[in-house]
This record gives sequence, C-alpha cells and structure tokens, in this order.
Amino acid sequence: MNNVSQNAVHTADAEHPNHAEIRTFGFWIYLMSDLVLFSVLFATYAVIGFNSAGGPTGKDLFDIPYLFVETMFLLLSSVAFGFTMIAMHNNKKQRVIIGLIVTALLGLGFIGMEIHEFVSMIGEGAGPDRSGFLSAFFTLVGTHGAHVTFGLIWIATMIGQIAKSGITEGISSRMMRLSLFWHFLDIVWIGVFSFVYLLHVV
Amino acid sequence: MFGKLTLSDIPYNDPIIMGAVVSSTFLALIIIGLITYFKKWPYLWHEWLTSVDHKRIGVMYIILALVMMLRGFADAIMMRGQQAMAAGPDPGYLTPHHYDQIFGSHGTIMIIFVAMPFVIGLMNLVIPHQIGARDVAFPVLNSVSFWLTVAGAGLIMISLGVGEFTNTGWFGIAPLFEKTYNPGVGVDYWMWAFQIAGVGSLLSGVNFLVTIVKMRAPGMTWMKMPLFTWTTLTTNVLMILSFPVITGALFLLTLDRYLGMHFFTNGMGGNMMMWNNLFWMWGHPEVYIVVLPSFGIFSEVVATFSRKKLFGYVSLVWATAAIMILSFTVWLHHFFTMGNDTNVNIFFGIATMAIAIPTGVKVYDWLFTMYRGRITFSTPMYWVLGFLTLFVIGGMTGVLMAIPPADFVVHNSLFLIAHFHNMLIPGALFGYFAGFAYWFPKVFGFRLDEKWGKRAFWGWAVGFFVAFMPLYVLGFMGMPRRMAHYDNMAWQPWLIVAAVGALIVGAGILSQLIQIYISIRDRKKNVDLTGDSWENGRTLEWMSSSPPPVYNFAVIPKVDELDEWWAMKENGTAYQRPAEYHDIHMPKNVARGPIIGGLVLAFGFAMVWYIWWLAIAAMIGIIATVIIGSSHDDEEYVIPAAEVKRIEDERFEQLAAAMEEKKNN
Repeated sequence: MNNVSQNAVHTADAEHPNHAEIRTFGFWIYLMSDLVLFSVLFATYAVIGFNSAGGPTGKDLFDIPYLFVETMFLLLSSVAFGFTMIAMHNNKKQRVIIGLIVTALLGLGFIGMEIHEFVSMIGEGAGPDRSGFLSAFFTLVGTHGAHVTFGLIWIATMIGQIAKSGITEGISSRMMRLSLFWHFLDIVWIGVFSFVYLLHVV
Repeated sequence: MFGKLTLSDIPYNDPIIMGAVVSSTFLALIIIGLITYFKKWPYLWHEWLTSVDHKRIGVMYIILALVMMLRGFADAIMMRGQQAMAAGPDPGYLTPHHYDQIFGSHGTIMIIFVAMPFVIGLMNLVIPHQIGARDVAFPVLNSVSFWLTVAGAGLIMISLGVGEFTNTGWFGIAPLFEKTYNPGVGVDYWMWAFQIAGVGSLLSGVNFLVTIVKMRAPGMTWMKMPLFTWTTLTTNVLMILSFPVITGALFLLTLDRYLGMHFFTNGMGGNMMMWNNLFWMWGHPEVYIVVLPSFGIFSEVVATFSRKKLFGYVSLVWATAAIMILSFTVWLHHFFTMGNDTNVNIFFGIATMAIAIPTGVKVYDWLFTMYRGRITFSTPMYWVLGFLTLFVIGGMTGVLMAIPPADFVVHNSLFLIAHFHNMLIPGALFGYFAGFAYWFPKVFGFRLDEKWGKRAFWGWAVGFFVAFMPLYVLGFMGMPRRMAHYDNMAWQPWLIVAAVGALIVGAGILSQLIQIYISIRDRKKNVDLTGDSWENGRTLEWMSSSPPPVYNFAVIPKVDELDEWWAMKENGTAYQRPAEYHDIHMPKNVARGPIIGGLVLAFGFAMVWYIWWLAIAAMIGIIATVIIGSSHDDEEYVIPAAEVKRIEDERFEQLAAAMEEKKNN
C-alpha cells in the first residue's frame, strides 16, 4: 500500500489514490458503528427482555418453524447476492440484474413474513406498548427489518442505475458496499434469531 | 394541518423570552437584509453554503459554534442572576419552569452546539493540511455533517420562540422525560435537536478517521503524525463507537414518547436505570471527544511557542491511546449513588482514578517542553498556561469524586458543577481558543490582535476562577444543583460572587468580539506573507501560503521527520519550487448538504409538533436527495497545471518580497 501511494504521488490523482478502496473502508467503519447501534438494542433486550409485565412471553408468541422459513429467505438472498457479485466481476450485466431481482424477491419474502408476524402479534394484543419485553422485541427486530427495507430500496436503485449505464467503476464500487451491507444484515439476523427467539423458547 | 401547533404555543406573554426572540429575529433580519442589499446571496450560496472545501466548512462550523456560545452564555448569565437573587423571600426574576428550561438548553447548547462544532471545525481546518492531503475522504459527506449540525442548532433556536425546551436537563431524567410526566414539546425539541446533531457528528467521525488512516502524505507513518492528528484520530474512534449509543438511546426514548413503548418507564417492564447507563456510555467518552483534540492543540502550541521539539512525543501518543480506552470504562461514576453493587462502584472508581495517570503524563510532557525553551508569550500560549494552571485543580477534584463514598457526599451538588466546568472550560474551551488564535492566520492570512486576545484570556481565566471556585464551597455547604430558589441565606454571598465571575467571563467574550473586529480592521498590520504565521511552525500546515490555495499543496510533500516542516527549514529544503506542476482534481461544490439540512430541520420540526404529512414529505425528500446524489459519479473538476503554476508563482513572488523585507529589517 505504502509503495503504491508513493509511486502515485507524482501523478495527477495523487490526492485520491484509490476512490473505491477509501469508500469501502469508510463504509466498513460505518457498518461497525451500526453494529454498536445493534449492540445497544441487544443489550436493551438482555436487560428488559424477560419483563413481560404479566403479558405474553416469548414462549407464548414465537413460532420457530415459521421463523426458520423466514430465516431461510434472508440467508438465500445472501447466496443470491454472492452469485450477483460473481456475475459483476465477470462483467455480465444481464445476470447482475437478474441476480439483484432474485435477491430483492427473497428479501421481500423475508420482510413480508416479518410484517405478517408483527401484525398478527399486535392483533393478539401483544403490541410493542404491552410490556418492556415486547418494546425491546419489536424495536430490535423492527430495526433489523428497517435496515433490510433500506437495503431493498438500495437494490432497486442499483437495478435502475445498472440498467441505465451498465457496470461502471462507480457502480461496481457501490455494489461492493451494498454487498457488505447485505451480508452484514445476515450476520445480525443470526444474532437476532439465536438471542431473541431461540433463547426465549428453550 | 399544523399538528399540535397553535398560536398559543408562542410565549408572547413572557417578556423575557419574547425579548430574546425579538432581538435574535431582529439580528437575523439585519444580517439577511445586509446580504440582500449587497447582493451577496449568489456568492454566499456558491462559495460557502454549498462548499465542500474542508477549510470553508471548518470556518462555518466555528462561526456556528461562536454564535451558539453567545446563546449558551446568555443562558449561563441568566442562571447566575437568578441564583444570586432568589434567596429566602425573593423569588428571583424567573419562574421555576423557565429556569428548568434554561439549565437544559445551556448544557445541550454548550456540549452539542458549541464544543462539538468548534472541535469538528478545527479538525476541518487543520487535519487535511497537517497530514499533507488536499481534502477529506468524503467531501460531500462533510458538508452533509455540517448541515445536520446546523439543522439541530436551528431546531433548538426555534424552540426559544415556538413552544418550550426540555425541563429535564441536558442529559434527561428517567422517567420524568416520559410522555406521562412531560406531555409538552420541550423534551421532543431536545431529543430531536440532539439526535440530528449526533448523526452529523458520527458521520464526521467516520470521515476524519478514514481521512487520517488512508490519506496521509507518503512517509508519514503512525509515529510521525503530529499530535493534533493523533488526538483527532482517537477522538474519531470514540465518536464512531460512542455516538451510535446515544443515537440508540434517544431512539428508544422516541419510541417511548411516540408509540407508548416501555424502555425507560417506571412500570410495565421498563427500566429507568437503563437510561443513565446508555446515556453515560456515550456521555463519558463524549467528554474525551471534546477534550482530547484540545490536548492535541496544546501540544502543537506549546512546541511551536517554546521553539522546541515536543517533550515525550511517544508518551503523549500512548497517553492519548490509554485515555481513549479508559474513557469507555468509567461511565458509571456519573451515578455511583444509583444503588449499584459495591464492587461495581469500586471498579469504576478505580478506573476513574486510573485515567488521571495518562492525563498527568501529558501535563508533565507539556511542562518539560517549556523547560529551557525560548518561549514566546503570544495569545495561544496564554491559553495553554491558563489551562495548565486551572485544569490541574479540576483534575484533583475529579479524583476526589472518583472515590464512591466521597462522591456520595457531593453527588449532584454544586461541587460537581464546579468540577466539570473546571474540566471543560480550561480543558476543552481554552484549547479551542488557543487553536482558534493559532490557526486563524493560516486560514485568513492575518493574525488576530494580540492585545485584545490577551484581554480576552484574562477575562475568561479570572472570570472562570471567580465564577466556579465559590461553587466548590457551595457544594461542601450542601447546595444541590439546579435550584431555581433556595432558603439557606448562607449560600447567597457565594452565589453573588459567582455571578460577578460570570460577568467577568462576559467581559472576556466581549473582548473576543472586539478582537475579531479590530483584527479585521487592522488586517494589513498583522498580515502573514510567508504562510509560516508564527515563524516557528513545525508541522505541514505551515508549509502552504496563508490563506492556502484550494488544493492546499501543489505537490504532495514526502515526509521523513516528525516535525517535517521544521526539519525542512533546518536543512534548507523549505520554500523550494517543485520542478513541475500537474493537473489537480478537486471535488465540485454540491447543494446536497444544505438541501438535506433544510429537509432534516423540517422533519425535526414536524416530528416535534406531530405534523405527520410534513414529516413524511421531508423524509421522502431526504431519501430522494440521497438516491439522486448517489448517481453522480462525476463530481470532480480539474485545475490545470498551468493554473496551478500561476497560483504558485504568485505565492513565490509574495514569499520573495516577504523574505526581502525581513532581511532589510
């Protein structure tokens, strides 16, 4: 790295030696701060997750087979994104778009199931204002869901940009960051699934 | 249409608030009128408001900080006035509800809208320059961060005239800030202003961390980084790790207040103590976020004005790193009395005392730097000396309170107030003032007036002493913080002395305003032609002209030494023309920053007043702006080599003339 930048110093773009690398690094740092935000929500759940205030508990509410299917949607969407990135490195525009669409559909499936779960819980009188446990539950799971939704908007934006201008340098750098983001949400979900759901049913 | 907002929310029957509203509106109208009259709007928009130049963003940050400091100081003087009067039969001139809002806004403003913009402004001015870079890693993001801070400050200013501000202090009190006990908009204003500015600070932290890690000039290894760069780097780490915690905590409070959830409620499974933990997990690192860069400034100033290499550079770096890590292990000392297990209190007490060790190392390093140096007593050096003297007192009272049983005696008393002002005013603020005076000539091309600078220093130092030493005494006499009225007449004389101290600080602030006016008026007299404004500059920022060209460095320097610029002057390689110039790519100015700032302000205001359509519209606008902005790949323009040569030729002509003049004198 040092050698590269020393050689690059006398060229015109010495100032921004590697846009893509700097942006990826910056985005990675941002993800770490996002991880701290999730840690706060996990810690909150650890503190008040069993305070059900006489209302329903996790054992009453959580349907593990349903959640397993939901989880599979998200994990498979990550696999799809992996193939999308391979297609991008091979410069196959059509395949990238198809890959993104598959990723987005799987992600939509995940979000759809999550919304269904939330709506039916609220319908049963187990909404986020019922108890500390449910506040923490809806907030942690919902924040993850909001991130996935944001990721879906991002995917839609990228589909539009790729359809319009193909795989440019700027777009492949953005795809790299989107990929980091999407896999990051996967890892957070593994934590949610184990810590929020499994821990409360066993 | 307007949510909860009605005309009766404007407190037009309160003469004190309306006086402040009318005078600040009047001042704003005068400024807007003058800009319109001189037809400066296009210039302001194209050259400043949409600027992504780190130097201009830095200047705007510091202007914001100084304006907000006037507001925060007005709050301070009102509190001192009230407490000097409101003893026994005299109720004072403020109602308790108004007084409660004042201490909340004073704290919020001073930390979030003075200390933070000031420190980020100085980072903006100096960091790229000091590491030999042309800009920060993410110039547009930098502009967005700035405008988010402005939006937060705007929200807090609006709260002055529309509605009210929080009455639960700057750090919030669970469960008093819950909807049940606080149905008004005050807490919401505080929460959203804080949240918006906090996101801006987090993004700045990411930006500067990446800048320092990735964009240093070739040869500048970790241990050749100037100390201000080091302290900024550690501060950025603290920002990245701690700001998400306050973002999360404020988000949970938002859910409590808006959706009836139970995070910090006293019932239904909420946990009030969780608020204190979450807040201070950010709040304590935040102290170091504002103080560490100051320590960096002191290090730069003390070496420059002692004409000596910084004593114990390596120990200063390690002390900084130690403070960075320890700052995450002490948050609980803000609530020793909350009923924690004894062993928990002991752990945090010891960790708190431990933090005094690296800080002590630093104090000795600065003292030894001065030892046998040839010290020039300029204004920046005055601030350093004032800091060293006063800060040590605050440090000692801090170690005293680190002992849990001792803390039980003075917890939430005026002793605590005296202690943290004793850390933050000399520790943080004096450092910013030193940096302001030290780097001002670099940014504007002329030095600040020395006479008024020293007067300002004496106003601040003496005023600080007179205002806060009585508070230590009052703490021992048992006076709690935040009292709008008291019956113990023995306290009053001390509070009158404290009020006089605040007035002396006011004289210091007035001197600063006069100093800025005089310096601009006499700018020819103090002009800096060489770029090495204090003649003894040691680090790379003194290499370029004052004010520097937009690209900072025509040719990126190669670094061999810790004090590279000093070394270049010593071995005669300074002020040499490079063999040739190249095209330089610079980021274009973009309007995204002010647009997002405006939309976020609208969003915050809409959320405070439950104006849902506006909140949704603003949110869609923000997302659309980001998406549209992300599709622009071509955001750079090229300064051709010939143009660079023209600018640099001018600079070298000016330099030659300056050198000639110096020889003749």
